[in-house]
Amino acid sequence: MAKGRQSLVDRGFEVLVTIIVTIIALTCILPILNIFSLSLSSARAVNSNEVTFLPVDFTLDAYESVFTNGALLRSMWYTIKATLLYVSISMFMTILCAYPLSHRDLVGRKPLWVFVLFTMYFAGGMIPSYLLVNDLGLINTMWSLVLPGMVSTYNMILMRTFFSSIPAEMKEAAYIDGANDADILWRVVLPLSKAMLATIALFYAVSRWNAVTDGMLYISEPSKYILQVRLKNIILSAAGLNELMSEGANVGLTIQPLQIRSAALVFSLLPVLVVYPFLQKYFVRGVMIGAVKG
Amino acid sequence: MTTHSGIRLPKPTRNDKRVYVRQHWLLYVMLALPITYYIVFHYIPMGGIVIAFKNYSIFRGIWKSPWVGMENFSKLFAIAEFSNAIKNTLVLNVLNLVFGFPAPIILALMLNELSGRHFKKIAQTVLYLPHFLSWVIIGGLVTTLFATQTGIINRGLASMGISPVPWLTESRNWVVMYVFVSVWQSIGWGAIIYLSAITSVGEDLYEAARIDGCSRFQMTYKITLPSIRPTIVIMLILKIGSMMSIGFEQPQMLKNPMVNDSGDVISTFIYRYGLENGKYSISTAAGLIQSVINFALVITANAVSNRISDEGIW
Repeated sequence: MAKGRQSLVDRGFEVLVTIIVTIIALTCILPILNIFSLSLSSARAVNSNEVTFLPVDFTLDAYESVFTNGALLRSMWYTIKATLLYVSISMFMTILCAYPLSHRDLVGRKPLWVFVLFTMYFAGGMIPSYLLVNDLGLINTMWSLVLPGMVSTYNMILMRTFFSSIPAEMKEAAYIDGANDADILWRVVLPLSKAMLATIALFYAVSRWNAVTDGMLYISEPSKYILQVRLKNIILSAAGLNELMSEGANVGLTIQPLQIRSAALVFSLLPVLVVYPFLQKYFVRGVMIGAVKG
Repeated sequence: MTTHSGIRLPKPTRNDKRVYVRQHWLLYVMLALPITYYIVFHYIPMGGIVIAFKNYSIFRGIWKSPWVGMENFSKLFAIAEFSNAIKNTLVLNVLNLVFGFPAPIILALMLNELSGRHFKKIAQTVLYLPHFLSWVIIGGLVTTLFATQTGIINRGLASMGISPVPWLTESRNWVVMYVFVSVWQSIGWGAIIYLSAITSVGEDLYEAARIDGCSRFQMTYKITLPSIRPTIVIMLILKIGSMMSIGFEQPQMLKNPMVNDSGDVISTFIYRYGLENGKYSISTAAGLIQSVINFALVITANAVSNRISDEGIW
């Protein structure tokens, strides 16, 4: 077989693959571009369906009404606080759980492991969890968004897998020098695990930032709505949308519902979009640790 | 669990154990808080399941509410919406399995074929993005893009002379959209695990194939794909293990009142019945049915996986 023909087939194959991958990638970018353009176009352009992937008659009217309303800003601030609190408590608790369980010779390890793992496969469900949070008096407090999901068993397994990959000799050396388990965790294990800890902290942060269910279940006071719940109300309910519309009308803006919705979406999307490219490699690393098998 | 080196150590005696606990008591102190967490926030709600067998009233509390035996279950099955929710859960999950399972494998194989390093990096970054968007945002994007009158998709079709399609307001279309969005959201992130499996395929296999005059497509099909088979099998089993559950957020954010007959799944049924209508006992019974079937599926899946590949999930 001629070598030239074969490489031609191969090249054709690669071109085809490149085209398909490009198309899939575009389906991830173009929708966001469309929303972005809608939020930055004039009411007239939006109304006459002129907007595609670039703003038409550039204007910031929609954002002006989003910011004068202030509800989205307040919700974002509340969500930031909840996320910081959640990540710090979760990391603390997850380390406390994963480190002892990473010792192969831990007495009682097997029953403890089963005890923890069982919760991944069987759960009380939405209603009993709600009743518990209610009985504990956590409804309408930030704790309702922090405590029930403090330890993600999945993240804990990732962490434990990583901890047990640290050579035992390093720990033994410190142990012989008279260090106790807490010293070893603090001075030997954690400094070696910085990248992995960053990854898990990011997993926790993203899950808190994006979650909406507990915000719907546990928070009923509008002043404490998390961002995703607020956004959901604007997108899915006429009432949430009307509130923003009338705010805009009060300051003399003519705005289309579509503009407001788009602006609210972009507002919530932007923080993720800005940090994501820089943090992506940490996330991928987390999946890799998991692939080694927990 | 065996040690990784495969060496079987002599069984520790009771005395060894006591010495270990005394030396490493701090480890047990550390575990105290997480274990308390698991008891309070996982095992107590499991106990709360008893209200499925009671007529729960908020004023009496869990313990003082009267027992009613299996009454809630018979009531539950008399509700047409519940059987509908079970049917929808299964339909959406089966469709997701059929289309959503192969998609990331195919994508990983394609990404592996790309020789331009920069293009590959950028493509991966973009493809992982949907995984980091909340379902509220995805719901917002989808309802805007696919809106029947104003959505950019239908406007594009209109410019080609095609009349507007009710993407999200007609049941059958909605199911297609639901599956499409699931695949779209998970394809990139799902590919990572296969990509990492592909990197461990030996270069010498490809070298030999190249000498034999294989084309790149043949190599992908005959070398790469069989090499990642163990990963594929495990992922498939995991997926089958979750057949009876659908998260709450995706259907809740994508559905609208027009498609309730095909968009209402068990989790959304529980939310509506339990929290919006206050029927705690009946919806807890619905949750219990779902949990039990799930649990059985996972156990079976793991047993199968252990038999086939020696690589059980635990």
